[in-house]
Amino acid sequence: MGPVETPPRRAEELAVIGKRLPKVDAWGKVIGETKYADDLILPRMAHARLLRARHPHARIKAIDTSRARALPGVLAVITGADFPPVKFGILPVSQDEEALSTEKVRYVGDAVAAVAAVDEETAERATELIEVEYEPLPPIMSIEEALAEGTVRIQEYGDGPNIHKLVSLEFGDVEEGFREADLIREDLFYFEGSNHLPMEQHAAVARWDPDGKLTLWSSTQTPHYVHRTLAKVLELPMSHVRVIATPVGGGFGGKSDPFSHELVVARLAQLTGRPVKCTLTREEVFYAHRGRHPVLMWVKTGVTRDGTIQAMHFRSILDGGAYGSYGVASTFYTGALQTVTYKVPRYKFEGCRVFTNKPPCGPKRGHGTPQPRYAIEVHLDKIAEALGLDPAEMRRRQVVEPFSKTANHLTITTCGLEECIDRVVEASGWREKHRRLPPGRGVGFAASSYITGAGLAIYWNEMPHTGVIVKIDRGGGVAAFCGSIDIGQGSDSVLASVVAEVLGILPEDIRVVTADTDLTPVDLGSYSSRVTLMMGNAAKEAAEKLRGLLLDAAAKKLEVSPAGLVARGRRVYLRDDPERGMSFAEAAQLAEAAYGTLAAAGSYRPPRRGGKFKGAGVGPTPAYSYTACVAEVAVDPETGEVRPLEIWIAHDGGRALNPLLVEGQVEGSVYMGLGEALMEEQIFRKGLHKIPSMLEYKSPTTLETPEIRTILVETNDPEGPFGAKEAGQVPLLPLIPAIANAVYDAVGVRVDEIPITPEKVLKGLDQKGKGQEPRVGPERFPRVSFPEPIRVESAFGQPADLSLKRE
Amino acid sequence: MSLLQEHGPDAMVVAGGTDLFPNMKRRQFEPRVLVGLRGVRELGGIRGSAREGMTLGALATLTQVSLHPEILTHYPALARAADLVSTPQLRNMGTIGGNVCLDTRCNYYNQSYAWRKAIGFCMKKDGDICLVAPGSPRCVAVSSSDTAPVLWSLGARVRLVGPDGERVIPLPALYRDDGIQYLAKAPEEIVAEIALPPVDGLRATYWKLRRRGSFDFPVLGVAVALRREGEVCREARIVLGAVASQPREAVEAERLLAGERLTPELIDRVAEVAARPSKPLDNTDLVYYYRKRMTRVYVARALRELAGLPVGDWPTAMAGRNHANDEEAR
Repeated sequence: MGPVETPPRRAEELAVIGKRLPKVDAWGKVIGETKYADDLILPRMAHARLLRARHPHARIKAIDTSRARALPGVLAVITGADFPPVKFGILPVSQDEEALSTEKVRYVGDAVAAVAAVDEETAERATELIEVEYEPLPPIMSIEEALAEGTVRIQEYGDGPNIHKLVSLEFGDVEEGFREADLIREDLFYFEGSNHLPMEQHAAVARWDPDGKLTLWSSTQTPHYVHRTLAKVLELPMSHVRVIATPVGGGFGGKSDPFSHELVVARLAQLTGRPVKCTLTREEVFYAHRGRHPVLMWVKTGVTRDGTIQAMHFRSILDGGAYGSYGVASTFYTGALQTVTYKVPRYKFEGCRVFTNKPPCGPKRGHGTPQPRYAIEVHLDKIAEALGLDPAEMRRRQVVEPFSKTANHLTITTCGLEECIDRVVEASGWREKHRRLPPGRGVGFAASSYITGAGLAIYWNEMPHTGVIVKIDRGGGVAAFCGSIDIGQGSDSVLASVVAEVLGILPEDIRVVTADTDLTPVDLGSYSSRVTLMMGNAAKEAAEKLRGLLLDAAAKKLEVSPAGLVARGRRVYLRDDPERGMSFAEAAQLAEAAYGTLAAAGSYRPPRRGGKFKGAGVGPTPAYSYTACVAEVAVDPETGEVRPLEIWIAHDGGRALNPLLVEGQVEGSVYMGLGEALMEEQIFRKGLHKIPSMLEYKSPTTLETPEIRTILVETNDPEGPFGAKEAGQVPLLPLIPAIANAVYDAVGVRVDEIPITPEKVLKGLDQKGKGQEPRVGPERFPRVSFPEPIRVESAFGQPADLSLKRE
Repeated sequence: MSLLQEHGPDAMVVAGGTDLFPNMKRRQFEPRVLVGLRGVRELGGIRGSAREGMTLGALATLTQVSLHPEILTHYPALARAADLVSTPQLRNMGTIGGNVCLDTRCNYYNQSYAWRKAIGFCMKKDGDICLVAPGSPRCVAVSSSDTAPVLWSLGARVRLVGPDGERVIPLPALYRDDGIQYLAKAPEEIVAEIALPPVDGLRATYWKLRRRGSFDFPVLGVAVALRREGEVCREARIVLGAVASQPREAVEAERLLAGERLTPELIDRVAEVAARPSKPLDNTDLVYYYRKRMTRVYVARALRELAGLPVGDWPTAMAGRNHANDEEAR
């Protein structure tokens, strides 16, 4: 047991929340004791490998597994024929994946067959003995090709031959807004795709118990959705399937889909009667992908002379890869959150997602929003320059109003962005640096917002998004059960901290039991920055119920009113006379004697506050988080190399439940954003991923990471537990445009295409030298037949209606 | 020796294993017999002095080379090149002999078996064409050693030991401009040691182009060594790494330096001429025309460094964090 603080006089002060505490699972990770999925070794366990397609696009004519079956050590060989003909996919509208492809392969890396063998090497050798006869089809490898191709189709559904989704929405009359503008600017941007590059590769182990029940251990961010998918594809009752998410060694969105290997080990375990494990290689992680969509963007904004936005029209085309994944949501996300950072009274969005013969894209940290954020923040930088305004000040003047609605009917609660801007402007010396640094040095500014949890579940239902059960035993031990999975963001610590705060004990007193569909109530998963707020609220509710019982029982014993008692420092005592009281354990025993076994549940469902139009489901959230960022860079005019020198970043994540964890999320976001801004590219050559290895897919190291000055701006949001919002995603967003704007400040070159590689900078400098426009980026936006927009009245400026909370 | 002879092409030698094992895992190398050199004590150690010349045993690790006081003081370019190889962990295992014999690299070749099968095998392994330059009669995989260009510029010699005895050859004679047969030695011959001539006033430097300050192989290496009398260059060597299947000496540029003073104008002209033999192709990180263009910039910067002229504010990430280890060692 650790030190116990002396109860302070003001019991209302928080004892755990807001303290810089190490993670509850830190020690196991530091000493290498944490057991990840690949660390699991079960008796008689077999090993699986997948045979993956070697063509980007081909029809499967025949599969001959006889030679593989004959290889000594091979226990089972399966193809798509060994599964029911059931397709799956994370979104109900995009059920387009198969455990193993039966008719077609759609990208190099698509899974075709699988082998279980006594060891991994034998399984690998056996996959090479499987003969697949293919009829190659023309591959479609880019947005332009996908839009142009009319006959060859990758998928048999969608809004066009190779168009997965078309979206068109207009809020208010943007043309009217453009008429009121003094300056109208149009810009084109491109953002290349990138992988999440988690340190831990995906891995899963399946075991079939003698009673016919399946257990799957998997490195997943969404055990509940994997649970549903296993039941669906294997045609099992959900009650016979147990999914346990093992500690996730990095997810960032890349482990949020159900995957082929998870279904394959389940089937192989059933067929062999042995536990079966499959761990993806690093190369296969690039094929499983679901990473950042490459997005081509066009934006048109009309502003008055002082930079005030009158109207914005934004178009995006997403290169989705071969399957749907989260793509429909990603498409909406490239448009939905444009209105949440600055005041945009009228807004029009047209989005398009195409299929290509590449690994499927999906959600990566910031899901669909870093690309438009980059485009808009660079676009606004250009507008500020055209108007002769300070770009930070121009933005600061039009930060959204707290507790108001946006044009597209999103409800904003707290917003600390103004203070975030002030703090980074101050800390970085922005006013002294911008347009004033010597050649080759520059600063750039950008800001952003993000959701704290998606307002809707992946599948339509009326149930809570999360649930927590708290149980207290007779020794005062507390266990908290939740389906949430800690992917490194610290959700286990948040769970322990919230329960500890309410019950007046310490996080280390609590055993957290998480991410086990047999033992824990459903939590939808670690995506969309939802866990701290949603699970935290549920945990608070459950713990408060129990605290009520403890205080009641203690009050009877002490012959006082429960209202005069507090639980704190592992004690229950009188607020006005702290010496009078009892230990937490004693209070628990009294409460159990009085009320029976001490267990309580809490749950949470976000308020339904979005608009009523089609497509209104993406964007709403209980609360938006905010970040402002200033980046200082040096650019070598001879080599074009961009070197980040220092990053100042201020983040409004509501109240920081644990500032140490929030800072960790901010710094991690900055690091990840730098990689995307400057080097990461998921690129293809001759139909194949060009560089599927950690050596050749360039991601920065600590040596490329500059000083990061993190500033926490704490708002106290009414929606969050103890006022908390999110921290895991929004800090990544402004970093990328801040770097792009800083490069411009340093050398006068606009790189309107991510990543900003040295050869692009040099190209811009060459153009500048020749007196041409110093800009590198896309030159044209292809014709897309967007449908007539759904026209909705702008809700801009209306007050928020918080009475809709928890309907 | 007898093992190597007995098993012929089925056998390979292993020292640090940092090049061999990853290649075995991806099946670029498929030896049936590995002959470990670790136990051969004669192959280890760093001996000699700057005045008499030095001998580096093939098994000397890159860390040992980068931290050796005599090398740090008198052959700092070599210490720097060794220090810029990959990561600390791999430098602790990887040897100077291994780095000199490093397999040539190509991003069509350094891929898994399944990937290579999907794209169609190339002539360096399992196939018969070059995927980088389909018309090429030979493999164009890239010499990716950091130490080889520096050793070349320093006039190093290599002692080879084989079943028929041993021979000493100038280091340039070890290489051939062929991505497959990139070493001009018999398979059963091993590099036993590398001999550095006395320093005798030779000053050298090494500049490395790569994306990150760690991990990455060079996609351009520039080694420059000068011997000057007063202000005048008496001898100059400019050796380019990672622009061909072997290090390439910019002989024409060297001639421009002979008997001349190192002025900024001359440096610019030399750099331009030195870049001519640089013919990178699209088979490494960073686009090839960028690497070509950087040859000129890096040669100029290397020369400016040796001339004591400012090289800009740019000991860049790409050029490597050149002096970190030197300072640590002192």
